[in-house]
Amino acid sequence: MRVTQGCFSFLPDLTDDQIRSQVQYCIDKGWAINLEYTDDPHPRNTYWEMWDLPMFDIKDPAGVMLELAACRKAHAGRYYVRLSAFDASPGWESVRISFIVNRPAKEPGFRLVRSEGPGRRQIYSLQSYAVDRPESERY
Amino acid sequence: MGEEQQKPAGDDGVPQAMIDLRAELRETHVAEVLDTLDRELVGLAPVKQRIRQICALLIVDRVRRRLGLISEPPTLHMSFTGNAGTGKTTVALRMAEILHKLGYIRKGHLVSVTRDDLVGQYIGHTAPKTKEILKKAMGGVLFIDEAYYLYRQENERDYGQEAIEILLQVMENQREDLVVILAGYASRMDQFFRSNPGFRSRIAHHIDFPDYSDGELMAIAESMLAAQHYKFSLDGAEAFAAYIAERRLQPLFSNARSIRNALDRARLRHASRYFEQDGPVRLEDLMTIDAADILTSRVFNAENSN
Repeated sequence: MRVTQGCFSFLPDLTDDQIRSQVQYCIDKGWAINLEYTDDPHPRNTYWEMWDLPMFDIKDPAGVMLELAACRKAHAGRYYVRLSAFDASPGWESVRISFIVNRPAKEPGFRLVRSEGPGRRQIYSLQSYAVDRPESERY
Repeated sequence: MGEEQQKPAGDDGVPQAMIDLRAELRETHVAEVLDTLDRELVGLAPVKQRIRQICALLIVDRVRRRLGLISEPPTLHMSFTGNAGTGKTTVALRMAEILHKLGYIRKGHLVSVTRDDLVGQYIGHTAPKTKEILKKAMGGVLFIDEAYYLYRQENERDYGQEAIEILLQVMENQREDLVVILAGYASRMDQFFRSNPGFRSRIAHHIDFPDYSDGELMAIAESMLAAQHYKFSLDGAEAFAAYIAERRLQPLFSNARSIRNALDRARLRHASRYFEQDGPVRLEDLMTIDAADILTSRVFNAENSN
């Protein structure tokens, strides 16, 4: 099952050229660009691992693409990688854009977990098949 | 090969396009930068000539690429050698502008760094630091001042070597993203290139900055003063010419930078001279650096004491 989240989630995965123009857009807006990765695809998993520091004073997308290439080299096919851009102009860092730039080769999808609560109430939750294995061995 | 394939376009009856290189020069607005370079920088004739040559090459290359003639993206990394204060940083700034206007770099900013910015203090610190700088410089020009400090031959475990390796890799693989300019004293740069042959082969243009002559330094001084709405009186100009001749013989002479410092001190003395004197001051006086402001310099005293 193809996990989607953030901007452009209804589109096919962006190509490198498309990512580059999105990065250029963020730079033009003065946003800081950040790469994050995770191997826990649960939709409620919002805090992903950071790849290096956020890139604050980058003038050209080439710098970001360099980091993205390095991140993919380390995590290709095994992790989700997302690119997000932060706007500091309100006085705090707020996410303006965020989209997935790399995904595991195989995404096994989610199962529905039913458990009983008080009074035989059914509690439904989602669990990825991938998380059965320990972290960093999931994909 | 590529040229052979493209030529038939002319044989098909389509007249061979005549290309106006002058128009190309005008269109890119590079001529304006070259003119300001000529106007604002005194002397440096060989440097200016070399930059014009590089420009010509780049413009021809640009036209060729547009016409579909295959040409490798040119290597633009440069090394600027010359003594202190000969205008290396200023020319590097202009170079960034020229390359940007010709479309060889995308942003045209200049990131000026020294060893401290690239080399870390402990193991594993250097690579992220160097990469950080490289990322900042992407799309522009990375200007490494006194580049020979990167390599310390007396210490083989120096972290500079790591920075050099990363630099070389990026200089080779991302030629279209980044132009690196190395700068420093000629003799030490030579030694640096000898011990790092990788750098020499990756740098296409070696530009040597000559020292300024006394006349050129005088012209520089006058333009520096004019920029701040000062001028020399006749005596003042004479005294300053003598100052230049004298200062050149003393140690730590650094061309235009020495001149700038000397002028700053002359302004200081000029200000205190009028401050201590009673009565009103004319506007003219506030603009004029006189011989008295210059002759009191330590440079002349040194001569007397010898």
